[in-house]
Amino acid sequence: MNPESPEDQVSCEDCAARRSFLAKISIALSGVIGAMMTLPGVAFILAPVVKKPKEVWRDIGKPEDFNDEFKLVRYEDPAPLPWAGVTSRSGAWVRMIDNEFTAFSITCRHLGCPVRWVKGPELFMCPCHGGVYYKDGTVAAGPPPEPLHRMQIRVRDGIVEIKTTPVPLTTTPLKAIDV
Amino acid sequence: MNPIKKTWNWIDERSGYSDYVLPLLKHIVPRDARWWYVFGSATLTAFLVQVLTGICLAMVYVPGGDEAYESLKYITDQAFMGNLLRGMHFYGASAMVMLTVMHMCQVYLHATYKYPRELNWMSGVVLMMVVFGMAFSGQLLRWDDNGVWSVMVAAEMAARAPVVGPWISDFIFGGAVVGGATLTRFFVFHVFIMPAIIFAGIGLHMVFLLRHGVSEMPNPEQPVDPETYKEEYEARLEKTGVPFWPDAMWRDVVFSTFVVAGIVLCAAFLGPPALSTPPDPSNIHSNPMPDWYFWWYFTVLSVLPSSMETWIILGAPVFGFLAVLLVPFISNKGQRAPSKRPWAVGLIVFGATSFVVLTIYGYYKPWSPDFGVDPLPESVIGVSSGPVFEGGQLVHKKGCLYCHHIDGYGGHRGPVLSDIGQKLTREDITIRIMNGGYNMPSFAGSISSEDLSHIVDFLLSRHPTNEKTNE
Ligand code: FES
Repeated sequence: MNPESPEDQVSCEDCAARRSFLAKISIALSGVIGAMMTLPGVAFILAPVVKKPKEVWRDIGKPEDFNDEFKLVRYEDPAPLPWAGVTSRSGAWVRMIDNEFTAFSITCRHLGCPVRWVKGPELFMCPCHGGVYYKDGTVAAGPPPEPLHRMQIRVRDGIVEIKTTPVPLTTTPLKAIDV
Repeated sequence: MNPIKKTWNWIDERSGYSDYVLPLLKHIVPRDARWWYVFGSATLTAFLVQVLTGICLAMVYVPGGDEAYESLKYITDQAFMGNLLRGMHFYGASAMVMLTVMHMCQVYLHATYKYPRELNWMSGVVLMMVVFGMAFSGQLLRWDDNGVWSVMVAAEMAARAPVVGPWISDFIFGGAVVGGATLTRFFVFHVFIMPAIIFAGIGLHMVFLLRHGVSEMPNPEQPVDPETYKEEYEARLEKTGVPFWPDAMWRDVVFSTFVVAGIVLCAAFLGPPALSTPPDPSNIHSNPMPDWYFWWYFTVLSVLPSSMETWIILGAPVFGFLAVLLVPFISNKGQRAPSKRPWAVGLIVFGATSFVVLTIYGYYKPWSPDFGVDPLPESVIGVSSGPVFEGGQLVHKKGCLYCHHIDGYGGHRGPVLSDIGQKLTREDITIRIMNGGYNMPSFAGSISSEDLSHIVDFLLSRHPTNEKTNE
């Protein structure tokens, strides 16, 4: 055995090139390792952002259950996870006048708190920052920049159904959720 | 040599305790720091409380849509010591938030962020933001209706961001709505990601601390000059410094003792915050409120004119963070003494005052209609029948009292009406009710003319108390 002495290695010209090659390949491989480790996870985490929410019609009762007073209805989200429990519920305010239904999401258009229908003054009021809406959903007072989100209702075979929507976010263009 | 000593020597030689750890503990620090410098170490102690109690809670807590609430109830009501641990984690969080801010204020007042400690400051600011993130996600893991609506508000705020807003909020929800996928996200942030950042950040903060040494108390005679600072500092330290352990550290230990005792006592006697109703996003009786350290922000969101709102919601956290982060770059030399830096003192006083005022407002929520108001009793209405009496009943029924105050009854959102009869005419009042204005809804569509005239009759009968008694 005749190992090269360390001094030889240090002084050799090729070594510099070899070293830089080794450095480059190590950095590149580290990048590959990193990508292999993280990419599936990133896709996994971001999936809910990309996935288009389903919209389904949910049964909320019979036409007789409704009258000219707004009534809170509760319905299940389109695709509730099996362990979601009560968190999969959403709510809407629904009323019917002359067989015409009006439905509003309970989400305040300011920052999303749940608005309540207050009978006497006929207003929707938000408990958070003082948002108030008229019975047609338009803003009466307070910070909300947009009217309450209208939801779609249909009657099929004597059953009133509501069309689920994503949480109405204030920057979401109304058209995108109304269609 | 006795066997214990021998064993220790073996360990010491292999581990390097005497060579590496001891010098850190005994590094020389200025002797004049005294009690001013206890906040940083106390923050660390509070963090340890959080880690330890958090680990215990996580052994039982189930981060699942429905079960989180049940497991919290179990921890609170049944688990041995569960109530105390939840309490310690809650008050520990409050302590950590408070101490972090106090530590920062002290460092700012003494301008310790100046040369060469810029990175100490900046790493601290990042840590503080993460602590706020922990506080927010933590109150949310208390997964009751308040937790659900906190997520909702967070997502709605994020949604205001241009273009990417809705994506961020879908990311927060783990879908298009609050649901089974939501809580686990925050659990992971609260339990894995942010604590990891805090551990790493504290490590970095400590490295910087040891590299540049503990600062001296500011002295108007010793302005910071980056050219000469290090030499002068070391020279002074050599003359008057003391070893950190135990000469300086005993004060940290004493103060931390009080902090932990305070946390335990609060937990034992005040208990953890009560759980409200289950996390049902269709529950409209929820009255969402953040924990106390965010009430000031709650107020800000309520009183902002809506035209500025989106700017503030998005801009304030970003610019606030950057402004604080970059403080050392505004000035990193010169005077450190508060007596020579009136603006700094003013800023702290202003900040503290605004915090207190906004917090108090946040607690009373005067901008919010008060849903629970009592009807006016006859003694306030003044008569027991007739239009004025009818009107007195109607102001409750029609919700006027949710916002307006009359002789000790009603909410605080709108103007007090106790002596409105003296200020406005019948016409003015009628117009105001019909058309609304400022922040008052118009009632034209929801009130009959008869009811209206009763209400106006009643309001016209409102006069200052002394006149009423004169009548
Ligand atoms: S969320 Fe309704 S007013 Fe702010």
